[in-house]
Amino acid sequence: MPDTPDYSWPAPEKRRVIGKRQSRLDGAEKASGRAKYSYDLNRPGMLYGVILTCPHARARLTTLDTSAAEKSKGVASIELMAKPGEEIQYAGYEVVALAAETEDQARDAIRKIKAEYEVLPHFVNEADLKGAGTNAKPSGEQTAGDPDQAFKDADVTSEGTYGVPIINHSCLEAHGQVIQWKGDSLDYWPSTQGVSVLGGDLAKMLSIPATSVHTHMDYVGGGFGSKFSPDRWGPACANLSKKAGGRPVKLFLDRATELIIAGNRPSYFAKIKLGAKKDGTLTVWQSDSWGTGGFGGVTMPPLPYVYRNVPNRRLTHTSVSTNGAQQKAWRAPNNPQASYLTCCAMDDLAAKLNMDPVEFFTKNANYTNTPEVYSGQLAKAAELAEWKKTWHPRGQSGSGAVKRGMGLGVCTWFGLGHASTCRTTIHPDGSVAVELGSQDLGTGTRTVIAMVAAETLGLPVRAITVNIGDNKYPESGPSGGSTTVGGVSASTRKSTMNALVKLYEVAAPALGTTPDQLEAVDGKIQVKGTPAKSLTWAAACRKLGTKTITEMGVNNQRGPGGLIGGGVGGVQMADVSVDTETGIVRMNRMVAVQDCGMVINPKTAESQVFGACIMSICAALTEEKIYDSQTGRVLNPDMEFYKLAGIGDIGDIVVYLNTEPEFDKRGVIGLGEPPTVGGLAAIGNAVANAIGVRVPMIPMTSNRVLAALEGRNA
Amino acid sequence: MQAFEYASPETVREVVGLLGKSWADAAVLAGGTDLVSLMKDNIETPRRVVNLKGVKEMDGITKTAAGLRIGALVTLDELAKSPEVRAAYPSLATAARGVASPQIRNMGTLGGDLCQRPRCWYFRLGYGLLAKDEKGQSLVPGGDNRYHAIFGNTGPAYFVSASSFGPPLVALGAKVKLVSPKGSRELPVEKFFVIPSGDGARETAVGPNEVLTEILVPAAGHNATYEIRQKTALDWPLATASVALRMKGSTVASASIVLGHVAPAPWRAAAAEKAIVGQSLTPEVADAVGKAAGEGATPLSGNAYKVQLVRIAVKRALLEAARGRA
Amino acid sequence: MSSTKQSGFSRRGFMRGVGVGGGALGTGLLEGAAEAQQTATKLAGPGAVPITLQVNGKPYQLTVEPRVTLLDVLRDRLDLTGAKKVCDRGACGSCTVMVGGKAVYSCNVLAIEAQGKDIQTIESLTAQGGRDPVVAAFVDNDAQQCGFCTPGFVMATKAFLAEHPHPTEEQVKEGLGGNICRCGTYVGMRKAVLQAARQGGSHA
Repeated sequence: MPDTPDYSWPAPEKRRVIGKRQSRLDGAEKASGRAKYSYDLNRPGMLYGVILTCPHARARLTTLDTSAAEKSKGVASIELMAKPGEEIQYAGYEVVALAAETEDQARDAIRKIKAEYEVLPHFVNEADLKGAGTNAKPSGEQTAGDPDQAFKDADVTSEGTYGVPIINHSCLEAHGQVIQWKGDSLDYWPSTQGVSVLGGDLAKMLSIPATSVHTHMDYVGGGFGSKFSPDRWGPACANLSKKAGGRPVKLFLDRATELIIAGNRPSYFAKIKLGAKKDGTLTVWQSDSWGTGGFGGVTMPPLPYVYRNVPNRRLTHTSVSTNGAQQKAWRAPNNPQASYLTCCAMDDLAAKLNMDPVEFFTKNANYTNTPEVYSGQLAKAAELAEWKKTWHPRGQSGSGAVKRGMGLGVCTWFGLGHASTCRTTIHPDGSVAVELGSQDLGTGTRTVIAMVAAETLGLPVRAITVNIGDNKYPESGPSGGSTTVGGVSASTRKSTMNALVKLYEVAAPALGTTPDQLEAVDGKIQVKGTPAKSLTWAAACRKLGTKTITEMGVNNQRGPGGLIGGGVGGVQMADVSVDTETGIVRMNRMVAVQDCGMVINPKTAESQVFGACIMSICAALTEEKIYDSQTGRVLNPDMEFYKLAGIGDIGDIVVYLNTEPEFDKRGVIGLGEPPTVGGLAAIGNAVANAIGVRVPMIPMTSNRVLAALEGRNA
Repeated sequence: MQAFEYASPETVREVVGLLGKSWADAAVLAGGTDLVSLMKDNIETPRRVVNLKGVKEMDGITKTAAGLRIGALVTLDELAKSPEVRAAYPSLATAARGVASPQIRNMGTLGGDLCQRPRCWYFRLGYGLLAKDEKGQSLVPGGDNRYHAIFGNTGPAYFVSASSFGPPLVALGAKVKLVSPKGSRELPVEKFFVIPSGDGARETAVGPNEVLTEILVPAAGHNATYEIRQKTALDWPLATASVALRMKGSTVASASIVLGHVAPAPWRAAAAEKAIVGQSLTPEVADAVGKAAGEGATPLSGNAYKVQLVRIAVKRALLEAARGRA
Repeated sequence: MSSTKQSGFSRRGFMRGVGVGGGALGTGLLEGAAEAQQTATKLAGPGAVPITLQVNGKPYQLTVEPRVTLLDVLRDRLDLTGAKKVCDRGACGSCTVMVGGKAVYSCNVLAIEAQGKDIQTIESLTAQGGRDPVVAAFVDNDAQQCGFCTPGFVMATKAFLAEHPHPTEEQVKEGLGGNICRCGTYVGMRKAVLQAARQGGSHA
């Protein structure tokens, strides 16, 4: 198509907005408490919804009597979410939802519901596979090469068992929504990662047309992969509103329920045996993995991770189903666990080889899909982490109770961009709106959209009005898989470029030239390279008369013109101190070197990496969902014993983004997920380096570290 | 949270007049950091809540001839900053600084710290203080007991006392004053904490119609507290040790060594107290005394590591006390 | 502080004096409970009672049950939703406001006991569209992602800087230890607090 404009990103030296450190546009709204999250909405006449959940890990609901609750003060509507006779598969399963004038009244009424159960045997703790019985479903063996022969030929072998427990997203804004019926349609204010699609999903659950659901959401208080569905509480809330004559109902999970049922990141455990040549060449991989996402089990993690092409491999996997709620996607699904299992096993082998892990991981980088990327990143990370200065052969960490150690982990992610459509409108008064049915999870999506539009149109970032968070805007994909920045930047680039071409057509006659000779720079439409021959943006737009320009731009996974890319690599290194008398691990520093293509906003991009590192610190050091074998219940559904790191627990964090030309030219690549991956192994390996023995299971709490030091099982 | 009636009296006399014969009648509210959460979880369901914060006579830190009188309403933040406390009672100042977070220290009171309920997760899930299943068996020995007791845990209680100030106050030989409609009584802090022996018993000596009004701390020699926590803030200690020493020249004449978060009440490490008498406080002695503190522990299936933590907490508290001044 | 001033209880019908050990108790809640002498402590509730809260310099007259928390009143009754409900058990800091100049978890404060005290919420910082140095420092240093914990951190920072106008980074780590951020924005926060301190962030 001859008319197709050139959408490609400007060359680095020509970028005026992209690549600059831009403060997020909604920053002041959020930091000053003015931003309204769905949980914050107070609609006139609004009712408060509360859910009664099942306290048993497996049970048959025998009696359900809500008559007293119906009569309880302030109750407006009741919705049954389980039926008598139903077999419930986990504690926390929703049984009844009800709505009342105040939250306290709703809770009063909930206490009056009579729910009786026949308690059935349950299974919740899968770390010891032997106890799983029929809950364990082994899958077939996968082999490549000749692992048996390779083990015979190996100079050195290493064996170990490693594990990662279930953790929870723990979004600070709980899952939930406000819903208000108006006639046959409803307004839906969810807390979601998918503004464009969620209303359709809810409509399907309610058997109403998708066009009957109007979804709005300005802000979301965390998702991390757990907010892609209306879930069971979405339709329940809609029904509570309907039964209450269409009064709005706010129904958000309380913290305990949030932590129990709003999403499991699967556990993974593996017995891993590796073999290598004396020179450090890894020759064979064998793993027997198992794990669970809760009820329904879990697939095999991507093993061996990153080092995919080890020539001789044998893998088995056992999927375990437990009575422990359900799995939800979690920032780089299965990758952090696979990285932990792989990099810890490799680190143990390196220790047996008496080899520096940086050297060992570099030497075997040819098993990765991008050896030069990982080799370069390992070298860069080692430099930033002062690896050579601090690393020592395992266990040779000097006298004194506090031992310091270094460790590394690697990551990968595919990226690319989700399907996204953007609509740009240029008004005769010069104002510009870009609209997408997207959402800003806190990654800075709003800001990135404005920056791309500003770059394209030659305007200041604040001159762009960004409208997102409504399913009446053109459809944009759910924010998952680190695909948002790719999707929205490509669609915004194309949409704004298409609109600009239309403005060129209007402006060209006045400048005595043709549209293809124009450029938009510094608030002007000018003849290319000739600022003297220009119109101000406002003057050019005035020439539209009474008309506006409205143009669309579409991204469909692979944008033309190299706008977006995928398949990144990254390396994390951890520097820790372990008090060997108490088993307490403290972070000194974490270094993340990350390949992410062209960076639109380094400020928010770096924040993604900082946050990802901190999330991995939580998982490596303190965070786990603890199930009680006897009752089958979660013992720590609170923020006291479900331990997340605070500001004093994280040490220093150093972020290096690969923005060298060979990375930049790949286009935009999402960054939310990959840096969450390598930190678990980096910290695990740093602890092993410090104390001389492997702590096989994370989180590496006092009890586990001391157990490893004393050679007992934690 | 169940509805309750509310009163905000201004004198201790009024307070005790508002309390009842059973725990279901009334609860006292000070900082609210524990009671409000317990009421939200329906663990405490009092029909009346008596707010103590307007009772001026329960506030303030006063130097007395015998030592220090600390009103039960003194906040942890005030304790941490008190020149009197910092100068003579580093074990209390350390305990105050160690509590959770600035907000909790602003809200929480010394009386509240002593009277707070245990954090045992079975208790907080509604299985009762003794964590019993429907057959009357404790869930703790066969359950996840990583944070439970390693001393005083032969049953029926397995929880650990949550108090941060119990151990240092016991070590310092402090007393509490309890007031009921019948009058007032003074009780050594050591007797204030009780290991419940059966259903219905509580973990402190305070009765439902009583209120803890003040804490009396005698003059002290060297003293220190050492806490071991997983996180740097917003976390409960895994184990703590408080020591109070009487020196005779460079050797220890007598010592109180009290452990926290390892038993249903602050736990006196008698063997350690004995082992230190007559010794100089060298690192080697501290290490040996720490080891003695772990003697007699009866760890459960998942908390043997706390024995080691006790040894280290005692060792470090002793070395800290040795560095401090009398 | 006098009883009436502190309680603000005034309307008849909601309130009743209790003669402890006397008739009122005898027919009331704590039957036979106390042997103390006659007092005139006023009882409120358990139903809704009138209260007055002083929030961001303005008095608000409300009718609430004694069991209602300050957080719920702020959010549900006054539409001051900057303080967030997250753990609702005093363990995360998202509900941090200042009461009497001190940072507290408003989820663990009863609204009725906050009477007579100055309550300051995040909304007060930029009430007239003004610029607050702490808010600005959080924006400048990208000390937020999803933003749900941020107002709580900003209020904790205000209280911290009031006591530590020239903090070290170590003091910042301790002073903001009562709040949890799930997105992991602590690196920006440390810088933000130090920047705000340099710019006099303790004063709005």
